[in-house]
Amino acid sequence: MARASLELHAPVTGVRWWREVGWRHVVGVVMVVVCVTPLLYVVSASLNAGGTLTGSNKLFSQVSGANYAELARTDFPLWAVNSLVVCTATALGTVLMGAAAAYAFSRFRFQGRRASLTALLLVQMFPQMLAFVAIFLLLLTLGDVFPALGLNSRLALIAVYLGGALGVNAFLMYGFFNTIPRELDEAAKIDGASHAQIFFTIILRLVSPILAVVGLLSFVSAFGEFILAKIVLSRVENYTLAVGLYVWASDERNAPWGLFAAAAVLAAIPVLLLFQFLQRYIVSGLTAGSVKG
Amino acid sequence: MSTQQTEPAKAGPEPRTPAPEPRRRSVTSHARDVKPGFVVKLVLVALVDALGLYGILAAAAVQSWGIVVFLVLALVAVNWVYFSRRMLPGKYLVPGLLFLLVYQLFVMAYTGYVSFTNYGDGHNSTKADAIQAIQVQTERRVEGSPTYPVTVLARGDELALGIVDEDGHVRVGTSAEPLETLDGAQADGDRITGADGFEVLGLAQIAQRQGEITELRVPVSDDASEGSLRTQDGSTGYVYTPSVAYDEAADTFTDLESGTVYTPSRYGTFTAEDGSRLTPGWRVGVGLENYTAMFSDSRLSGPFFTILAWTFAFAILSVVTTFGLGLFLAIVFNDPRVRGRRFYRSLLILPYAFPGFLAALVWRGMLNPRFGFVNEVLLGGADVPWLTDPWLAKLSILLVNLWLGFPYMFLVCTGALQAIPSDVIESARMDGAGAFRVFRSMTLPLLMISVAPLLISSFAFNFNNFTLIYMLTGGGPNFESSPVLVGHTDILISMVYAVAFESGVKQYGLASAVSILIFVIVGAISYAAFRRTKTLEEL
Repeated sequence: MARASLELHAPVTGVRWWREVGWRHVVGVVMVVVCVTPLLYVVSASLNAGGTLTGSNKLFSQVSGANYAELARTDFPLWAVNSLVVCTATALGTVLMGAAAAYAFSRFRFQGRRASLTALLLVQMFPQMLAFVAIFLLLLTLGDVFPALGLNSRLALIAVYLGGALGVNAFLMYGFFNTIPRELDEAAKIDGASHAQIFFTIILRLVSPILAVVGLLSFVSAFGEFILAKIVLSRVENYTLAVGLYVWASDERNAPWGLFAAAAVLAAIPVLLLFQFLQRYIVSGLTAGSVKG
Repeated sequence: MSTQQTEPAKAGPEPRTPAPEPRRRSVTSHARDVKPGFVVKLVLVALVDALGLYGILAAAAVQSWGIVVFLVLALVAVNWVYFSRRMLPGKYLVPGLLFLLVYQLFVMAYTGYVSFTNYGDGHNSTKADAIQAIQVQTERRVEGSPTYPVTVLARGDELALGIVDEDGHVRVGTSAEPLETLDGAQADGDRITGADGFEVLGLAQIAQRQGEITELRVPVSDDASEGSLRTQDGSTGYVYTPSVAYDEAADTFTDLESGTVYTPSRYGTFTAEDGSRLTPGWRVGVGLENYTAMFSDSRLSGPFFTILAWTFAFAILSVVTTFGLGLFLAIVFNDPRVRGRRFYRSLLILPYAFPGFLAALVWRGMLNPRFGFVNEVLLGGADVPWLTDPWLAKLSILLVNLWLGFPYMFLVCTGALQAIPSDVIESARMDGAGAFRVFRSMTLPLLMISVAPLLISSFAFNFNNFTLIYMLTGGGPNFESSPVLVGHTDILISMVYAVAFESGVKQYGLASAVSILIFVIVGAISYAAFRRTKTLEEL
């Protein structure tokens, strides 16, 4: 790398430039086209009032907001609200429970601490969705007793998502909590702060970057989560965006393609924005192992 | 850290260390020392207790004793943890652990349990439920039996039927209580006009609850074989009697016309000697049969092994292709002489930032053989069956997953490449290594140290990448003559879904057995991965 920076001072030109630098631009341009074309296609389809698959093939042959206006008359706003409610509740719950657990593991020394950490690590290996048949059967039974926690309830879906919260995120947070010096807690304790005060007013503020990352990650993963939402929610008005848009796009005969495209654009924008924020954390390896679905 | 010792100290010479509260607290009375935090805690725990008590009552009412026991234990634990002065870590762990316990640990164990049963369509419930259901489902109207003018009544939410017998007595019964003479009821001719504790339903209410009313069956007497009173229209009723009779002592059903005897079989159904069965059956343990069926039942094992092989191929190829392209691009753009690297990078991560399920659906539309963008525009009207040919569908899935996944690898590899100290590379160059040799012997091994765990988690993720498969191809094109609705691109997890929810007969038992198999594979891979890392030592 040092050599490369030395050569910066003597710009290469001509054939040598092409051989050493220029081809990289060619690769870049090709890849950018590959990356962007499908996205341009969705945007174009969303602006095409015709709304069929065939009609969407001529990119930007038509520019109209008809699909977007039409969306307001469909179930899309309901689904968007459902997704927003479910994902926000999941993110908040995950952050609070994960932070509390990480605080306990990081700051207290108690019997069974190592064993519980190991157990969490083991649980973390098995994604919750692997047990989706049993989750379905559990909710089937729970619904007889508490309809609010049974099938077809958004609250039940949130509860299910929160069940996976600790397994996935507690470790990420635990590592970060350990980097906050314990002297800070001890100073506060000497000043008479209780453990709750230390947690809520001192620690939570210091670890806010990891809280943001975990909150965003769990929001995004709940947003894209499909299989659990599909088996839990069966009534159209309870669908999240993932389930609802799947129903639209998979309808082979009369797929409302224009509507789907418009909905996809609207649904993708918040996530794209979140990722601009998350990008640097991904590069820095903070989210190591969090492959997005 | 002795002040943070929270377990009861061992009986030793040292006195038990108090909780970490400042000492003055123990001097003043608790009642005076009420802090706002304590009030918040009190309110929250009270709320949890109230909900829990409601839950216990509700569960007890439907006799779900398992739920009752769990709730009682959970409530005791919550109250103990939050009002005890010890148990400090517990106060922070309990909420998350409760959710983890129910929605992750329990369901995992339950998956294991279900995998040893024949739970599924036709075997949904207990034997008692099955016996009752058989009696209801085989009911027939008695030939030439009289019709009764009935009145539909309601007690709260519960529906009841009433008749006026020959002597003018009003007899009322519900689905749970057989017909019984009710005193203090008024009748006008053969219609009941009023009854204590019951409300007589009008026409409008009957029309509104039509479905429930036609389902309602009121036993004529305590003896189930005497049949039950039912009504179709809410005004005339008939007596229905079962066409099979249950003999409790012998635990058999006998067909009242043909005399065929049905005895309970090991598979949870009442079966006659000629093999005919009464439906529904009930849930029984079948031992390892769900597991052996996958490997030895020839109709099932063919698709199963194809799917197993494709699952591994898909996961491995996905990791290899995404990592390969990501690493290549990272190297390409890791040259400071390339201008606009930030620009390239911000566009190249777009597929990663675009929600995965939307991308799969968009590609599904674009790959549509007849109208899709790829065939129509890019290939100039070609007719390539991207999603309907077994091999092309597999290729499509890998390509779409490459599109979705390479930006992540690109980001990760960029970070890892920049973290490799340049002097190491430099010294290799000095020793005369060529560009390729430097890459193979220096860059790649150094890169792998930080990237290998991510590759393993990427493998585990793709191994269970249900969303992509289900949204892009739905597992299709389907195998012909397979007993379950699975296809060439199904992976194990989507096979579980197909067996449990999409096939004509839902087989939760078999689906759970496949889930357990996935658990075992994922567990083995993760175990191997963990052995190589030092995560366990850093606890």
